[in-house]
Amino acid sequence: MSVTHTLSPASTPAPAKPKAPRPRADFECALADASGIGEVQRRLSLPERLANNDAVRRAAVLVLLLVIWEVYARWADNPLLFPTFSLTLETFLHDLLDGTLIDRTRTSLYPLALGYAGGIALAALFTSLAVSSRIGADILTTLTAMFNPLPAIAVLPLALIWFGLGVPSLVFVIIHSVLWAVSLSTLTGFRSVPETLRLSGRNCGLKGVRYVALILIPAAFPAILAGLKIGWAFAWRTLVAAELVFGVSSRSGGLGWYIFEARAELDTPKVFAGLFTVILIGLLVESVIFRVIEAKTVQKWGMQR
Amino acid sequence: MTASSSLELVQVRDVTLQYKTPDHLVTATYKVSCTVEQGDRYVILGPSGCGKSTLLKAVGGFIKPVGGTIVVNGREVREPGPDRMMVFQEFEQLMPWKTVLQNVMFPMQATGKYWKSETRERALAAIDKVNLTKFKDVYPHMLSGGMKMRVAIARAMALEPDVLLMDEPFAALDALTRRKMQEELLALWDQLRFTVLFVTHSIEEAIVVGSRILILSPHPGRVRAELEAGDLSYADLDSPAFGALAKRIHTLLFEAPAPGTSSEGARPLAAAS
Ligand SMILES: Nc1ncnc2c1ncn2[C@@H]1O[C@H](COP(=O)(O)OP(=O)(O)OP(=O)(O)O)[C@@H](O)[C@H]1O
Ligand SMILES: [Mg+2]
Repeated sequence: MSVTHTLSPASTPAPAKPKAPRPRADFECALADASGIGEVQRRLSLPERLANNDAVRRAAVLVLLLVIWEVYARWADNPLLFPTFSLTLETFLHDLLDGTLIDRTRTSLYPLALGYAGGIALAALFTSLAVSSRIGADILTTLTAMFNPLPAIAVLPLALIWFGLGVPSLVFVIIHSVLWAVSLSTLTGFRSVPETLRLSGRNCGLKGVRYVALILIPAAFPAILAGLKIGWAFAWRTLVAAELVFGVSSRSGGLGWYIFEARAELDTPKVFAGLFTVILIGLLVESVIFRVIEAKTVQKWGMQR
Repeated sequence: MTASSSLELVQVRDVTLQYKTPDHLVTATYKVSCTVEQGDRYVILGPSGCGKSTLLKAVGGFIKPVGGTIVVNGREVREPGPDRMMVFQEFEQLMPWKTVLQNVMFPMQATGKYWKSETRERALAAIDKVNLTKFKDVYPHMLSGGMKMRVAIARAMALEPDVLLMDEPFAALDALTRRKMQEELLALWDQLRFTVLFVTHSIEEAIVVGSRILILSPHPGRVRAELEAGDLSYADLDSPAFGALAKRIHTLLFEAPAPGTSSEGARPLAAAS
């Protein structure tokens, strides 16, 4: 291993420079006239801009899928098994306008918000412990390794025994589904913060909570955001599944219950309308809320392409 | 600590620094001693991998010596602090989520050393000194490597620390910008007379920037010599004095000394005590 390659000792004569493969004549020339470039900056035409817009392209895919659905359903002509899109939309609009769907959605969103917030708060607590002590990190990695693969729906029976039918059980399973996913990605994010960035944070005299809040969290934000997205998807899925198993809680059930009820009545368009709502809300959160957060943070900072 | 001359700002005594990896113990520097006085432009020179960065990080308080002590301003160094601002060798020392201006303002805000109204002005002045005013509202990912380095320098200087620790700050710059930055550093020093520890592996840069030069041996880094750089500058590049000093440094750096014969100036503490 040579440690002196940056400055080779002058005392030893340098080896002769190898000959160029084919010598060519030197030349110097005046710079090309740059004023002829014409438009240096130009706004793209409308079709170009539309084609560059993610939302537009995705909407096009969506429309295509809907058309296929409609055509297939009309061709199959069996509303009991596979209703058309127009019938589904009709049911959806009907239940939306008479307030049933809004009511059901609200019932679902309440435990969801509680569980999601609770899961994130607990994940913050766990990861703070994990970054501040080695035993904390050991505890968290062991717990995540144990519980992350455990489907939330599998702990539902236990939740029912502990908390009975109702919101607390739902919140419990949602916390379970959010907590481990978010902790895992946050911890991974913290661990991959460049050493130099950590040092320059500590150089400013930052310690403890201020260090975590001002350096680690923003530096690990891409990973944290990814964790929040996964956590959201898990939570939403778990909730709908739990409601399906659960059946009715007190007066009214959530979206899962809406679907379950429709199945019992063999009202397939209503089942579809329920699924449609589930997808719509999932899509809305994913592609509106999270996209906006992404564009305003990690993309603006160049931490994610 | 022993009462020493008030001029002595940084005292490094017999400092041995080691890295522990899961299956290796790497000794980066071995029993390094040196004294940096108030207002010194103290250059640490040595071949790549000899432990220059490690020594600087130890003064910064990021690495604990396994042997020896480091005293800055009469206090033993135990942890990092804003009295020793460091410009790191790596580019990713800027916060990607802050603009250039916010990055430069951050240490001033975090330490609360200056009034709120003052931080912005100071930051803008520092950014102007490194010629990045046009880029003050840009995020670091849109800057070139050399520009990021200049932001890091502005950030450290704006805080006016007791000691400025600079780890090859100009290595990533093109020749012209490097020369400009060196001159800027010297002009600034002339104005403020701060103390700076400056790591480089360019002999020329060491002579031009430094007032004193510490020469470390190849890995593991040990003190080989400490020289006075005099007032040589780029204007003297062709002068015999410059050439002689460069040659002397070159010999000290790359020619193995006879075993047992410690070279002149290797024990600066003997004179201090
Ligand atoms: N994080 C680390 N873990 C283990 N060994 C390290 C680590 N950092 C540096 N070393 C080792 O310590 C020695 C000194 O490294 P250091 O970075 O201080 O060298 P340097 O003098 O700054 O070199 P350069 O001029 O190339 O920057 C090297 O042999 C290197 O292999
Ligand atoms: Mg180095």
